[in-house]
Amino acid sequence: MKLIRIFLFAALLLGVAGCGGADDDGDRANVLHRGLATDPETLDGHKARSTQAADVLRDIGEGLVGYSATGELVPGVAKSWNVSDDGLTYTFHLRSDAKWSNGDVVTADQFVFSVDRLIDPETAAFYAQLLDDVVGFEATDEVTLVVSLERPVPYLLSLLTHPATFPMHPGTFAEYGDDFARPGTLLSNGAYVLTGWIPGSLVTLQRNESYWNNAATAIDEVQHHVITQPMTELARYRAGEIDITGVVPPESFEQVKTELGEQLHMAPRLGAYYYGFNLTKPPFKNNPELRQALSMAIDRELLVEKITGRGEMPAYSWVPPGINNYAPPVLSYAPLSQDERNQIAQTLYKAAGYSEDNPLQLELRYNTSDTHQRTALAIQSMWREALGVETTLVNEEFQVLLANMRDKEITQVFRSSWLGDYNDAHTFLSVMQSDNAANTPAYASEEFDSLMARAAGQVDLDRRRLYLEEAERFMLADHPVIPIYFYVSNHLVSPRVCGWGDNILDYHYSQHLSLKAVE
Amino acid sequence: MLRYALLRLLGAIPTLLLVIILAFLMVHAAPGGPFDAERALPADVAEKIEAAYHLDEPLPKQFLRYMSGVLKGDLGPSYRYRDRSVSELIGSGFPVSLKLGLLAFGLASLLGLSAGTFAALRQGSMLDRVVMSFAMTGVSVPVFVVGPVLVLVFAVKLHWLPAGWSGASGPAKYVLPVITLALPQIAYIARLTRASMIEVLGRDFIRTARAQGLATKTIIRIHALKPTMLPVLSYMGPAIAAILTGSVVVEEVFGIPGLGQFFVRGALNRDYTLVLGIVIFYAALIIVLNLIVDILYGVIDPRVRQQ
Repeated sequence: MKLIRIFLFAALLLGVAGCGGADDDGDRANVLHRGLATDPETLDGHKARSTQAADVLRDIGEGLVGYSATGELVPGVAKSWNVSDDGLTYTFHLRSDAKWSNGDVVTADQFVFSVDRLIDPETAAFYAQLLDDVVGFEATDEVTLVVSLERPVPYLLSLLTHPATFPMHPGTFAEYGDDFARPGTLLSNGAYVLTGWIPGSLVTLQRNESYWNNAATAIDEVQHHVITQPMTELARYRAGEIDITGVVPPESFEQVKTELGEQLHMAPRLGAYYYGFNLTKPPFKNNPELRQALSMAIDRELLVEKITGRGEMPAYSWVPPGINNYAPPVLSYAPLSQDERNQIAQTLYKAAGYSEDNPLQLELRYNTSDTHQRTALAIQSMWREALGVETTLVNEEFQVLLANMRDKEITQVFRSSWLGDYNDAHTFLSVMQSDNAANTPAYASEEFDSLMARAAGQVDLDRRRLYLEEAERFMLADHPVIPIYFYVSNHLVSPRVCGWGDNILDYHYSQHLSLKAVE
Repeated sequence: MLRYALLRLLGAIPTLLLVIILAFLMVHAAPGGPFDAERALPADVAEKIEAAYHLDEPLPKQFLRYMSGVLKGDLGPSYRYRDRSVSELIGSGFPVSLKLGLLAFGLASLLGLSAGTFAALRQGSMLDRVVMSFAMTGVSVPVFVVGPVLVLVFAVKLHWLPAGWSGASGPAKYVLPVITLALPQIAYIARLTRASMIEVLGRDFIRTARAQGLATKTIIRIHALKPTMLPVLSYMGPAIAAILTGSVVVEEVFGIPGLGQFFVRGALNRDYTLVLGIVIFYAALIIVLNLIVDILYGVIDPRVRQQ
């Protein structure tokens, strides 16, 4: 108890310390230590896939545009841009002082080179489809880049912050081929240079002296520590070895909140936790009433309060709130109380042909994790109490669950999630288009697809928005998935870190941060 | 002796081949592929990637392709670490695991042998009971409990030692992982040594030595220690294997970039080649270690040599 009080007191003291000075802090001077939940699979921006790889790539590279600490679009290599009236042509004016870490100038044709490699089928890039609507990247001179689109893409700027669209240094690629992205060979045009990488342990970055905005970079060295176990990361944070954690372990969340409340940063993020239905097989094929009944019988408020408890928001839409130029429509029953929802759910359940004597028997699949298990147990009991459904929980290793979801043979209800890639409703809604590989329930609706197509053709943002909202409203009424809650990001940020900003994309560029002495 | 060693090594080839075949079948039988993710790949991209890694070929063909690589010393590319080869990852992870393992093994042997000997000499005394209860605890408490507790006490509360591996410099980062890894082995070796020493001390030749009036110290050093070592030594092979596999957990707990962590992550990510590469590497290592133990056995016990 005494210890907790000391912790709290320390937290209070640290919390009030201002963020002005840039004093050195002994031997840890000016080195930022960040936790990274998995190793980047590669630092080749075209072959990388994980969010962790993207986190590191955003420190070492820079695209045409970037984000501020609080998540606003800011100029990057492009100092300005114009958009044609029909929304189909973007002209980017590159800054002439943008340099690679070897001193070479960053030119417009290096963006073209990168995009060509990204969309080349031989590269087999995970994010190749990111630029599906882009017809061409053309360098009209060294500092002018013209991007032409097949149809208006209002989120183009957001796409151009993605590491897959960063420029590439053709000389390095010519020399090293696919092995170019290694310490010592990888050139950087961002605030930091990759100087070391021990797989499974540590990615070390040093200040890039050639970076055009180097004067604004405060921290000299960034160490991304690969720590796969959240409990280990927390211990290292408490021991003062890590300044920023990637996550907070769910099992310690309450304790962390009490003891380190001031240092805990929670922010809504672009991610939905959902249960999907296999729409290709009975009992859920062509059975929207039954799907709605199951969706209605889940008490989301109770779930986020008692089971997950990390500040998650109950989800009544597919697109999370807080996205640019969009107001998600909500499920029709959102305003009702849980009792009222349960009553309607019972009616729907009976109408679908089930009753106490003939209960629905289903299998709910989720991947091994404490949170998923507790969520599934709670939902199992909610379904049993509200409807009498007999749910069998099937716990599978993640790769097994993914394979089953892909095969769509034995799945009925399964846990999954979706994290947005850019700040636009399209990153969520496009998932439900019938031709999207990530469409886990195999939702196929001509009406939805045509609304999405109509939205895609709009230059006028307000009209586009109306079509997108209409598409979501239509899709929600079909209940291909049960949105359960929206994710929040959880980070512990040491009081010696300044400049941290919470944002919906959960991007935290090291170049925006600085360190100060505490105690 | 050399002929014996060579024969043993030749005899190991079918074993190794069997290990490779079984491991190959098992990793490929596990459901889910290396490129499955929540963000499913568009079909054309998935096809390209599978073709690039020859995953679209029939299994026997994949196996032959893999084996021909292995015979040339090429363990293939890692599926998860897109621009690294398996040999490179083993080369990066093994020195770490080896250093950790050797330190833990040294510590376990040193403490285990001394504690066991002392306990045997003072059989039934307070010291004996204390040492043996420690040994009992050491054997029964799992590594994944010991590790975090040590971190909590010595790193988080006392700040004496680093909690993690990455970024820490100097030998301090070895202390907690080595103790965690050695603890169950210290306990086991101590129990083994004690039992063996007690048995040896009851033998006729020790009684003869005593009757000749030799000092107890001399009897222990010259006559009792060597035969005591025999059962302990034959446990050393399994002990090294246990330390290597035990390091899987320790490496996870402390975030150590050794082979154990690559093995676990590789299995979870369906990084077929990485898992296979490590299995082959470990299998070969254990075969060689067992051989070394057998040879050492002959050095210590002349009876084995004559056979």
